[in-house]
Amino acid sequence: MWAQGNQYLTAEASQKLVAKRGASAEAKIAVSIQPGFHVNSNTPNDAYLIPLKLTWTSGGALEAGTVIFPKPQMEKYEFSDKPLSVFTGDLDLIAKFKVPAGASQGPGIMLGKLRYQACNSNSCFPPKTVEVRLSYQVQ
Amino acid sequence: MSALRQGTVVLTGFLLGCVIYGCSPVKAVKAASLKPNGERHAAPDFALKDADGKTVRLSDYKGKVVLLDFWATYCGPCKIEIPWFMDFERKHKDQGFSVLGVDMDDEGWDAVKPFVNDVGINYRIVVGNDSTADMFGGIEALPTTFLIDRAGKIAAVHVGLTSKSEFENAIEQLLQTPAHGGGIIEGRARPAGGSGRVSLPAELVGAR
Repeated sequence: MWAQGNQYLTAEASQKLVAKRGASAEAKIAVSIQPGFHVNSNTPNDAYLIPLKLTWTSGGALEAGTVIFPKPQMEKYEFSDKPLSVFTGDLDLIAKFKVPAGASQGPGIMLGKLRYQACNSNSCFPPKTVEVRLSYQVQ
Repeated sequence: MSALRQGTVVLTGFLLGCVIYGCSPVKAVKAASLKPNGERHAAPDFALKDADGKTVRLSDYKGKVVLLDFWATYCGPCKIEIPWFMDFERKHKDQGFSVLGVDMDDEGWDAVKPFVNDVGINYRIVVGNDSTADMFGGIEALPTTFLIDRAGKIAAVHVGLTSKSEFENAIEQLLQTPAHGGGIIEGRARPAGGSGRVSLPAELVGAR
């Protein structure tokens, strides 16, 4: 609903993914959250909170698998009576893929969306999405 | 000390007190966040649906002091303020005061109804949209709370978690002030803090 407006984090693939046909592969997605802000983790401890979620929207030649998130921080904020499961600062997500045996060799791009919801110590901001681009090479 | 001299001292003290603290018989209330009358702009009108599907317009509240709260169910700071607003609604509703919550969840009522039931919110909630946010200057941070005076003018804007006492003091001060001139802009909207005028979105005009 909301216009995307300001973003409170960036996300990009650390390097080009090189994968062999018929094999599994994983890519590191570097996420950097602006100082003073936090985002809910992938497993927020309140039903009303919106989790950090990475989805691949354009498959390319790769089959998207699970996404591994780092261990969340449990942080206490003035506005919450219990510590919240959040991420702050820099973190890496590991995105797993499978390369079909019949995949075409050569380069390609996977497009993904990272949805997050950020807050600072006294305000929250509407959920936003950043695009994640992953370049790959199938060998 | 003669009775005359004693009386003069008492009178001088009283006048000095008046100069410093004011002579109004009404208890002085400090509400530093309230804009002076001359700096207040008319609140833009809107037409949004409440939980029963009934259209609610801000102009319906003309003559009342309104606490207009933009919030969402995922907003932790909003959840701190909501019980305060419930208190204010209970305490001041018979004095011409109302709280109106504008929920900004993307999922609309699917997200809001369970929350409202869980918390037992005792004031009216409507579901807002981008147009509503734009009318009020493009709301980004939640909570954003507007205090609207009896004349329908925006007397204060609070972005982010604010103290209960600051709201309380401002509400009490606004309730002491009778309505006068101006009012909610119907059909045309001026963003809070902005000088330009913004046309009311067509769907709202159509709904009026």
